[in-house]
This record gives sequence, structure tokens and C-alpha cells, in this order.
Amino acid sequence: MSVARIELIDQKDGRLVRLSGRWTLATTSLRVAELAAELERSAQGNSTWDCTALETIDSAGAMLLWRAWGRAFPQVLLIRPEHRRAFERIDTADHEPRLMPPPLSPLHGVMVIGSASVGAIRHLLDFVALVGQFGLNLAHVFRFPADLPQREISANLYKSGVRAMPVTALVGFLIGVVLSYLSALQLKQFGADIFIVNIIGLGLVRELGPVLVAVLVAGRSGSAMTAQLGVMRVTEEIDALATMGVQQGLRLIFPKVVALTIAMPLLVLWATSIALVGGMVSAQLQLDISYGFFFQTLPRVVPAANLWIGLAKGAVFGMFVALVACHFGLRVRPNTESLSSNTTAAVVTAITVVIILDAIFAIATRGIGLPG
Amino acid sequence: MSTPVIRIQDLATRFGEVWIHNGLNLEVARGELVSLVGGSGSGKTTLLRQVIGLLLPNRGSIELFGEPLFGGGIARERALRQRFGVLFQHGALFSAFNVFDNIAFPLRELKRYDEDAIHDLVMLKLSMVELLPRHGRLMPAELSGGMVKRVALARALALEPELLLLDEPTAGLDPDRSDSFVRLIRMLSEELGLTVMLVTHDLDTLAELSTRVAVLAEQHILAYGSTDEIMHIDHPFIRNFFLSERSVRALQHSGHVPV
Repeated sequence: MSVARIELIDQKDGRLVRLSGRWTLATTSLRVAELAAELERSAQGNSTWDCTALETIDSAGAMLLWRAWGRAFPQVLLIRPEHRRAFERIDTADHEPRLMPPPLSPLHGVMVIGSASVGAIRHLLDFVALVGQFGLNLAHVFRFPADLPQREISANLYKSGVRAMPVTALVGFLIGVVLSYLSALQLKQFGADIFIVNIIGLGLVRELGPVLVAVLVAGRSGSAMTAQLGVMRVTEEIDALATMGVQQGLRLIFPKVVALTIAMPLLVLWATSIALVGGMVSAQLQLDISYGFFFQTLPRVVPAANLWIGLAKGAVFGMFVALVACHFGLRVRPNTESLSSNTTAAVVTAITVVIILDAIFAIATRGIGLPG
Repeated sequence: MSTPVIRIQDLATRFGEVWIHNGLNLEVARGELVSLVGGSGSGKTTLLRQVIGLLLPNRGSIELFGEPLFGGGIARERALRQRFGVLFQHGALFSAFNVFDNIAFPLRELKRYDEDAIHDLVMLKLSMVELLPRHGRLMPAELSGGMVKRVALARALALEPELLLLDEPTAGLDPDRSDSFVRLIRMLSEELGLTVMLVTHDLDTLAELSTRVAVLAEQHILAYGSTDEIMHIDHPFIRNFFLSERSVRALQHSGHVPV
């Protein structure tokens, strides 16, 4: 393939620039800077341009020349008509109205802060509206039990409950082992070995179990819910449902929230039990505390109220994880960037909300279920 | 005779138990505008995706510009891929980029041009597909169907391809838009000397645009020739496709007279 060539011929009435070869993107792009500089030099003074020896020229090649010519046809230009078209196209494009960036307002800074606060308030209002809608849907279902979306609830229970069992069990077991091991190291120094049951029992049942499961579920099911609703919005499936008279709140959001509110306490129970087993195994190995002793002591040192608190936390966490996930899912705009940022925001917000709720629980239940 | 732009030899494709193509041969010469037609499920889009290299055939070879699609290192494959542009059926614009960045993307990937030159080239491409500079700031979600196709065409043309592959270029456009889009494609292909292969259902598009028609049926190219030649072939599929009442109207409208 012949490359783009430039020849300079000095004549008595000025300079002749003869271009030949292929001036295409493929041939010129490898040495754009070099060619541009050479053309720049050739364009100085009153040059005559001879392009008749060009093999082919495409837009990229023509643009290179056009820029060297200062965005106008040179005074003397010899060129074949079919090649001239490439330059005429650029000339037409140049005469389109320019793309002007909108002028920056002097109050730009204030506007940024203002729109950010309005955005935050709208976020909050939307979330309140979503919770309100859920309340209305709940009331509706109590009045008309036939409208209960049983299939969806059951499917969500399976997806976010049953299928989360292996991972919550694994994580729960390992956390139980680690917690027990670390406590055992400390307790040994004081000879307070038997208190391992108190520490593990109380810590896991009341605090760690629910939070751990909530974090896992937020990452697992929360992100899935956001992505699903988001893609349904992008592909206009939600609009299609609306035109068939199907309420999105009742059919899409209600089952997710209900299912997770039911599934989470069960998962908490499951994960906590496995974690206790992990703690028990570790305690036996580290401190020689027998399984029988562990079983006998546990109900005595961990009052049943703690279990109820843990389960209640599970239900509330589950409800909020689902609500937050749905809230962000409905905010997805039809582009990939928005989908990814909303999914991220959903998980981060859900986990933050879980921690905040946990703190509220800790304060609200500080007089309940703690021995002494 | 120079090497054909596309050469497909003894191609065979199987999905599960079903043979989509078997013993398919096709050559597209430089400067041709070839329409690929065929019934639903006859494997038109599959063939197009194999030409692009998105799907691998079970047997047979595909050469573009006399070179195989695969092998010979990343640099060669990339250089070959820069010689053709593809217009996907739904545009396949990057939804996270605005129109300007969508068209600029292939140019930026080259890493040869500075932002000024890219700006100029993108503006040129926008004007070539008859869009205005201010459209450059729109996001794909804000575009109408016709504009999506135009932007996608501008992006396909960004690297000055020699071969343009179009999948259902007029699907989803109203007759008026589809007319003007077809005119645009024809004008650009003439001016830029493109070779074009398109998959279409739309007889208006086919009659307006193509210099040759390839009929894909019974797992191979049943017939390959000009619109008039094809219409004179006596075969049930061709009769149904070209000589239905709707088709006759469309073809008469564009000056082809069916028998």
C-alpha cells in the first residue's frame, strides 16, 4: 500500500506542493503529527497545491490537509472532482452552527449546592412515598386477600431466603469459630473459661447474627433487586405492566419487601445456630468445654428475650434492605452508568441503614434481656 | 479481477440439532451493495455476525479483503477490524456516553489524534449523517429511533471503513425516516466508495439500495444477482417473497417490474 507523500518543488513564481499516494486514516494515522507539521511548513507563503496525483483520500486525510490550509480552500488548488468532494463535506460541516458550551452562571456554586440539597430532599421524599405505598399495599391486601401476590412472594422467599442458606451458614460458622477462638485466648488469662458461653451466646444471638446476615443479604439480594427493577425500567417492562393495569407497587415491590421481611428472621435463626455450633466446636478445642455443658449453660446465660430481639432485628433489617433496594431500582435511568451507580448506592445505603437501625435497637432495648 | 471484499466458502453452522447453513458460498465484490434476504430464522443475522467475527461457523472459511478474520496476532486482527464498520439493528450505542463521545470512541481508541482533531472529525461525521453539532451533547436515551441509527452510522464510519455491514437498517423506522436513511446510506456509499452488505426484510430498502440481492434459503445462498434477475427465478420462496401483493407495489414503485 502506498503511503501519503508530500513533495516540495520550488518554482520561480512560488512554491508547488505535490501530494500523492493514499491519504487515508489507515496510512496517515500512524504519523499524524509528522505529516501535520510537514503540511504546516508547506502551507507557509503562497503555495500552489497539486493534488491530482492522489490515489485516494478519505475524511481523515482531508481533515489533515484542511487544518493545514487554515480551514479554507487554498488560492491555487489542482484536484480531481471526486477528491474535492471530501473537502466540500468538511467545508459544509464547518458552516454548521458551532457547539457553544452554555455560559457558566456567576451563581454556579450556589446552584450546585442548591440542586444537591433539592436532590437529597427528593430522595428522602421518594423513599417516604415508597414506604407509604407499601403501607397502602399492605392495607389493600388485608382488605382483599385475593390480591396477595403469593407466587411472587414465594419466588422471592426461595431466591433471597433458601438460596442464601449455604453462604450464610459458611460465614456464620467461621465467624463463630473466630469469635470463640479470640475470646478463649483472653478468657484463659483470667481463668474465666466458662464465660465463653455468655460471650458467644449473647454476642451472636443479639448482635452479630442479625447484622451479619443483613450485610450478606444486602449484598446478595439487595443488589439483585435493584438491578432487576433497574433493567425492567430500562426495557420498559414496568411501563408494560402499568398499561396492563398491574400495580408496580403491589406486584413488584410488595412481594420483595414481604419476602425479605419473612426470610431474614429465618436466616438469622439459621446463621446464628450455625455460628453457635462453630463457637461451640472452637470452645471445645481451645478451652475443653464440653458440648453438653455448652448446651446446658446457653439458655441460662442468654435469656430468651435476646432471641426475640435478634429475630425482630432480622425482620426490620430485611424490610429496610428490600425497601432501599427497590427505591434505588426505581431511580435507574436508561443507561449502564446509572444502573451500576444505583446498584452500588443501594448496597452501600442498605448496609448503612442496617447499622443505624442496629444502633437504634441497641439503645431502645438496653434494659431487656441482659443479665444483671 | 481484484480480490472480493467478502468471500465465504463452504460455510456450515449448526445450532443444536438444526443446521442453519450448509455449504454456503458467497462473494461480494468491491463497490457492491448486497442485500441479504431470507425468511425469518433462515440465519441472515447469524451469517452477518459470522462475517463480523462475533460467531464462529462450525465449518468453512470467511475472508475479508482476502484475509482470514482470525489469527496472525492482535495487531493484524485489529487492523482488519478497522477496515469495516457495523451498524447494529438497535444501534448498540454506548448508553453511558453522549453522542459526541460515542462517535469519538473509535478515534480515541486509535490513540493517534489529539482532542482537537477528534473534535473536527466527529463534527464532520455528524454533518455527514445530517445531524447538527448540538445533537452531540444528547445522550442515547434522549434520541429518537431515526437519530439512533444515524449516530450509529456515524460511529460505524468513524474509522473510514471500506466495508459497511448493516443489520436491518430500517427496522423500527417510519416509512419517511426509513426512506431518508436509505438515501443517506446510498449517498454515503457512493461518495465514500463503500462496499455494503445489509440484512433486510424491507423490500423498499432492498429495491432502493442494493445492486445485488442474495437470497438465503434452504441453508445456502439460493440465488445471487440483481433484483430483476432474482425476480425471474421460479422458486416458491422467491415467488412468495417478491411477488406478494405488498412486494409488487414496493418494487413497481422503485421501477422494477415483476413478471
